[in-house]
Amino acid sequence: MTTSTITSVLIWLPIAGALAIWILPLSRYATGSLAVLVSLVEVGFWIEQAARFNFTRTGLQFSERTPWIKDLHVSYHVGEYGFSLWLVGLTVVVMAACIGYGFWVGRDRPRAYFGLMLMLTGATVGVFVAQDLLLFYAFFEAMLIPLYVLIGVWGGANRIGATLKLLIYTMAGSLVMLAAIIVYGLKVGTFDLVDSPPSASRWLFLGFMLAFAIKAPLFPFHGWLPDSYREAPPEVTAILSGVVAKAGTYGMLRIALTKFPEPSSYYRTVILALGAAALVYGSVLAFRAVDFRGVVAYSSMAQSGLITIGLFSGTNLGYNGAVLQMIAHGLISASLFLIAGAVERRTTTGEFSRLGGMAKGRPALATLLMTVGVISLAVPGSAAFAGEFLILAGAYTRAWWWAAIGATGIVLAAMYVLRLISGVLHDARGPMVQDEALDLRPGELALVVPLVAALLVLSAWPAGISHHSFAGDRPINAVYEQFR
Amino acid sequence: MIHTPHVDWFAISTVLVLLGASFIALLGAVLVPAAWRRTFAVTVAALGSLGGIVTSVWLYVDSANGHRVIADSFYRDRWTALTQVILCATTLVTVLVGADRVREHESEFFALLLASAAGMTFFVGSANLMVMFLSLEWFSIALYVLCAIDYDLEGSLEAGLKYLVVGSFGSAALLFGSALVYGATNRIGFAEIAQQVGVHGISGDLLLVLGLAMILAGLAFKSSSAPFHMWTPDVYQGAPTTVTAFMSSATKVAAFALTFRVLRTAFPQEAHLWTWALAGIAVASLVIGNLAALVQTDVKRLLAYSSISHAGFILIGLSTGTALGGRALMYYLVPYSAMAFGSFAIVAARERELGKAVTLENLAGFGWERPFLGVAMWFFMFGFAGLPLGGGFIGKFYVLSAAYDHGWTWLVIVGVLATLVSLYYYLGVVRAIYMRGPQLAVATGGSPPRETLLHIAVGAALVVSVGSLVAVGPLITLARHAASTLPF
Repeated sequence: MTTSTITSVLIWLPIAGALAIWILPLSRYATGSLAVLVSLVEVGFWIEQAARFNFTRTGLQFSERTPWIKDLHVSYHVGEYGFSLWLVGLTVVVMAACIGYGFWVGRDRPRAYFGLMLMLTGATVGVFVAQDLLLFYAFFEAMLIPLYVLIGVWGGANRIGATLKLLIYTMAGSLVMLAAIIVYGLKVGTFDLVDSPPSASRWLFLGFMLAFAIKAPLFPFHGWLPDSYREAPPEVTAILSGVVAKAGTYGMLRIALTKFPEPSSYYRTVILALGAAALVYGSVLAFRAVDFRGVVAYSSMAQSGLITIGLFSGTNLGYNGAVLQMIAHGLISASLFLIAGAVERRTTTGEFSRLGGMAKGRPALATLLMTVGVISLAVPGSAAFAGEFLILAGAYTRAWWWAAIGATGIVLAAMYVLRLISGVLHDARGPMVQDEALDLRPGELALVVPLVAALLVLSAWPAGISHHSFAGDRPINAVYEQFR
Repeated sequence: MIHTPHVDWFAISTVLVLLGASFIALLGAVLVPAAWRRTFAVTVAALGSLGGIVTSVWLYVDSANGHRVIADSFYRDRWTALTQVILCATTLVTVLVGADRVREHESEFFALLLASAAGMTFFVGSANLMVMFLSLEWFSIALYVLCAIDYDLEGSLEAGLKYLVVGSFGSAALLFGSALVYGATNRIGFAEIAQQVGVHGISGDLLLVLGLAMILAGLAFKSSSAPFHMWTPDVYQGAPTTVTAFMSSATKVAAFALTFRVLRTAFPQEAHLWTWALAGIAVASLVIGNLAALVQTDVKRLLAYSSISHAGFILIGLSTGTALGGRALMYYLVPYSAMAFGSFAIVAARERELGKAVTLENLAGFGWERPFLGVAMWFFMFGFAGLPLGGGFIGKFYVLSAAYDHGWTWLVIVGVLATLVSLYYYLGVVRAIYMRGPQLAVATGGSPPRETLLHIAVGAALVVSVGSLVAVGPLITLARHAASTLPF
């Protein structure tokens, strides 16, 4: 195997695994084991790739290109930049944890379930490595297909409405993006993301941004978020907010900013304002949320806003911080949702009014939730602190008030995270918390601890990502010159 | 002495093979004992359509230089041959689905099916107005009878009658239009019409334009494009589902392929008119098909409206009148016909299981009861909606690209909006098969019938629809060769 095929393997291995699971009549246990195995092999391939990655080299690495639709100049073109490598890593790690969670709780209809989870893995990796607009679009859409069924079949009581909202919202965005892709690709004569020249068309920029703003989501486009995050099974919510939402901010970085430099600076203020609105509004909603998942869901929206601010600050610091924050928040929200799932399994509820006092006698749960919570409220020294600091520093060089708004977001984050921690772990013991409710079991620990460990590593060495996302650590150069 | 033209038998071999098989199947009705009749008819029909695939592939390979044969009345070229391949493949899977589903008159059913397929394969190659009309009637008459073949069922009889009346109206329009065009140009050959229009400078002549409009209307009846679609939901709903599956795929393929040829070959000077006319029909089909599908509860009706909306998408490609549009059209037809056929075949399976019409309500739990058919339906519905689970996605991308390439950004936007609306009802089907609990009122009880042939047919449709996503390159090359035989 040559090195460049690893990227394709990362996409197609889980999809092949999904097909195998659908075709082979395996038992429940064997199906789950196979899925977990495939997801771990996937992580292994990614580690192999990360080890071989040259962080100082400019340009695409591990790339592979084959013509797909010749007469329209569409090709199967995949490859990675530094930041795509980290996002792929986030995807495979979070997916492995979530597939493991599905196995641990013993989801019904295992063959359908695990097949869809693996298919989702492949599609999400595809989004982060596709270097052709049509291919990117195909994977962007392909993520929705398993998500729709995963939420619609294994979700909570109001799942039907939630899936419908999710699909209609995101498809509205992506279909506008499809129109923009067609117009852009035919105008410049290629759909290749590396070859295509930048465009000055504001309409096209808005077409792309709409799709990404819905996916992220930014402020007025978040209508789908609360229902989906609440109704989906916890591990699917973890994927939604930890990984899938990152496809939106990734798209801003890879396409909206690089291919539309002029429009992106023209609309900079508007988008920064939307990001700030998402940050503040999301934080306020998170503070007002009545349940565990609500807090994490709205805080995800707030974080997407913050990442957008970092990206559209258009500064070296902002770019570095945004990438770091994408990874850090991905890990944070995935672990929080998995913990939320564990809490819900023990108490059948996530509402603070019925929870509380769970720390007593449950040291593992308390320690983990506390650790993740403290990281997520950006305590100095944590990965999230590093990310947010870089983003705010970047925003500050744009104008001081963006940094000021961002800082209020961080203050609010402290408030809602502490409320979450005290609502679940401390306070008086809630009516739904039984003495029999066990502490986290070894199986659950095995899923969450690696995520938290990764967060601790990032906290110790945030530069591992923030200085290794763009070739030679010069993001502005990379964004405006080297991606072409 | 009557002068007989030289006949290139090979050029019409696909037609002859299908027709021959049709006669043999019909003879089976009297010569073969009743116990063997079904097996005999199915075997003959399957072999006949396989033979058709072989000859049309051969023709494709052997007809690099397209030309007209038999007194310039039939095109031997790759456009014809490629369409014939699709038609014969559709016929083959129809035979598989029909095999243990046709209730009685097996010999007649398969004989008519093959006869209609033969008519279609002749229709797509027609090179003059007369052959076009005759072959249109040929396959239509066979289809009228097929729709009504379960004549003891009220729905089937009604469907046949409706199709007959409305279809005859369409044929009459086509014939009248042909007469007007002949009156204007004094020619019936497609190429000669264009030539006469050029020589005499009669482009825009009232007679000619009126004739063109009526021909378009006649063909739009066959392809069930709005506003000539009124018969479609009723007929698709009432006809035996096997026949519906065949009509929704094969008839549309034949009608669209020929429409493009007629317009490009006979009326290139009128392009500024028919591009707009077709764009209008496309928009009407998209709007009517999609909006009406939203409120359907009967799955066959829902799919009928979905087929109208897809006619709209196909017409987007067609209406550009460019080479890219031609390729887009040819490409679109492949995954579309597979998905349309497959979804109706799955409805047929459920119909048999329940013994009554399939609605969104009683599809509940279907996906879990019959995993393979459920997954296939999932693929078809998402594929119809343009999600990347099959070639439908590339098809949409392609026709919209053709529209943009033609300078019609507005049509791209209409197409995108239509796709968004269509999501609602396609997802509705997926929701019905997976996300509701199984219905307890399934009358038959026991495990569902083992339908190997139907599974094979649905599997083939699935392979084609997914395969056309992977093998876009080769398919486009085929389509390009086919389209290059048309004058641009």
